[in-house]
Amino acid sequence: MLFEDYDPLAGRRLSILSPEGEIDEELRPPELDDVALLELYDRLVALRQADQQALILQRAGRMGTYPPTLGQEAANIGSAAVLEPQDWLVPSFRETGAMLLKGVPLKLIYLYWMGCEWGSHFPLEVRVLPVCAPVSSQTLHGIGLSWAAKLKAENSVTLIYLGDGGTSKGDFHEAMNFAGTFKTPAIFFIQNNQYAISVPRTRQTAAPTLAQKAIAYGFPGMQIDGNDLLAVYLATGAAVTRARSGQGPSLIEAVTYRLGPHTTADDPTRYRSAEELEEQKRFDPLRRVRIYLENRGLVTAETEAARQAQHQQWAQEQAREAEAAISYNPDEIFDYHFAHLPPYLVEQKAYCQRIVAAKRESGHA
Amino acid sequence: MPKLNMVEALNLALAEEMARDNQIILLGEDVGQLGGVFRVTDGLQARFGPDRVIDTPLAESGIVGTSLGLAVGGFKPVAELQFMGFLYPALDQIISHISRYRNRTRGRYSLPLVIRMPYGGGIHAPEHHSESTEAILAHIPGIKVVIPASPYDAKGLLISALRDPDPVIFLEPKRIYRAIREEVPEGEFTVPLGQAKIVRAGDQVTAIAWGAMVRETLRAAEEVGEEGISVEVIDLMTISPLDDATLVESIQKTGRGVVVHEACRTGGLGAEIIARLMEKAFLSMAAPIERVTGFDTVFPLLKLEEHYLPDAFRISRAIRKVFNF
Repeated sequence: MLFEDYDPLAGRRLSILSPEGEIDEELRPPELDDVALLELYDRLVALRQADQQALILQRAGRMGTYPPTLGQEAANIGSAAVLEPQDWLVPSFRETGAMLLKGVPLKLIYLYWMGCEWGSHFPLEVRVLPVCAPVSSQTLHGIGLSWAAKLKAENSVTLIYLGDGGTSKGDFHEAMNFAGTFKTPAIFFIQNNQYAISVPRTRQTAAPTLAQKAIAYGFPGMQIDGNDLLAVYLATGAAVTRARSGQGPSLIEAVTYRLGPHTTADDPTRYRSAEELEEQKRFDPLRRVRIYLENRGLVTAETEAARQAQHQQWAQEQAREAEAAISYNPDEIFDYHFAHLPPYLVEQKAYCQRIVAAKRESGHA
Repeated sequence: MPKLNMVEALNLALAEEMARDNQIILLGEDVGQLGGVFRVTDGLQARFGPDRVIDTPLAESGIVGTSLGLAVGGFKPVAELQFMGFLYPALDQIISHISRYRNRTRGRYSLPLVIRMPYGGGIHAPEHHSESTEAILAHIPGIKVVIPASPYDAKGLLISALRDPDPVIFLEPKRIYRAIREEVPEGEFTVPLGQAKIVRAGDQVTAIAWGAMVRETLRAAEEVGEEGISVEVIDLMTISPLDDATLVESIQKTGRGVVVHEACRTGGLGAEIIARLMEKAFLSMAAPIERVTGFDTVFPLLKLEEHYLPDAFRISRAIRKVFNF
């Protein structure tokens, strides 16, 4: 029903929780009572702390490039919150929060951005694919997964993330076309954060919304306020229900805003104004949930400080564990390309070992 | 034992393996009701149903990219691309994801999948239907690239590819799809991946080829054989990983070599093979190794393709040249 009510061609956008912290009670999902909302708020704060810690690590030279989630926490947490353990999550690369919620340990996410492949060795049962740098190519992997689930009559859905820039790529359209044709249980979740690195949303397409792109492929799309935790939760829940009941794919365009840079290698002051950024801070997804919870007496200055400190400590511990857990063995460059190491890689591995030893002996190491 | 051509041998391999392993599914354009544009999948949809032999939308990246997800989701997808000239939209998925998934997840996700496609010239096909750009694929780490040159080997190699835990690209030389018949047993047998085969023994010159060029090279070997030159012909069968050992051993015996490929010369696989023989058998060589290849041009339309493709005449000349060096 929800998708019919929010036809993107009619220019409607789902919103439940206002920037002033007021909830439209008619639209509020019943299971998202104040206690449940407080729990999700806790995840938002945890994500922001995890992100802050990553930035500290990066600036200290302990991490490579990192893509901060700042401003997109509601889109991350609200969407992944509706998944069941058997469901698959296919991230792009700005889904740290969604991955955490699905069960990926933070230390692995840190490890990946620190530059270690073990950071993509997730526990099998979390059902999360590794992050994907070439934008939109992961959408096809997600459709393959959801197709497999359908062929096996397995009761799982696949939630696939991409950005506004990703909607310009061919693979996104091939994925939408396969999904629609084979009616796979999949959800395309677009985090439209307004910029593909520096290129604005207006340069991605002449279409008024990204949500309407689904219609051409034979399934519904909906535009939502992506900074509104409740709207994200309700819309993704509706898409999951559609997928799980055999009605096929759907698309959600979560209109959000990246408050930080694309990655730590980027300088957003070159392509957007300080005024624009100030204006957008008013729509901070954490702020509005906090105001609502404060008004209900569920969050106070003290509990807030305690919460932040607790999550900061968790993030610091995860960073330490990531750094302590791994010794970097050059053999691993070779060992995982094939199930059985072929002779030419055995040869190259032995050569690498000799060079490593020779460098050590000659003081080059 | 039935005498089969390569198309029938491949069809038999697919049918037997699909009956044995219900995780195997075929997908691609026209693979279902039509049975593939070259009929390699003929009759398989009728036998195994539309959920296992699936006609997809016309989209190469889509076919290969969804195969990755299907493999992670527990299937063994066999994707067919209609021609190697249409491989390029899927190369992004192959290079960016398929080839590296196992390594980047430190073994968490193997991708047991096969990507099949016809390749090569010589059938008077239109533009984009005759290329042999296998060197691009051989350059990519993390995948295996297999090319059969006979019906028997086609069946045995495809069964090995279907049972391999890692991604295999299977290139089918369409020029000899129906040109050769030989005895191909029903039932299980495999030809191992990663091993070259001596298809003609000799002790004076080593000639190395793969795909449709094996037959031309054998013709050339017969021709110069009548002049008293003894040529050993090696069919690579797997171009990645390369079976150095068989090549080195042969060159150490003959001291002379010719590499034949229909692909362009520059950066072709011949260059790699010669570099390896230089590294491992230089002191055994009595002459520089010759290359007989396609030209560094776009593959010509059908009126000129016979001049582009190496043939027994060109190969014989190269053999005589290294023999008389």
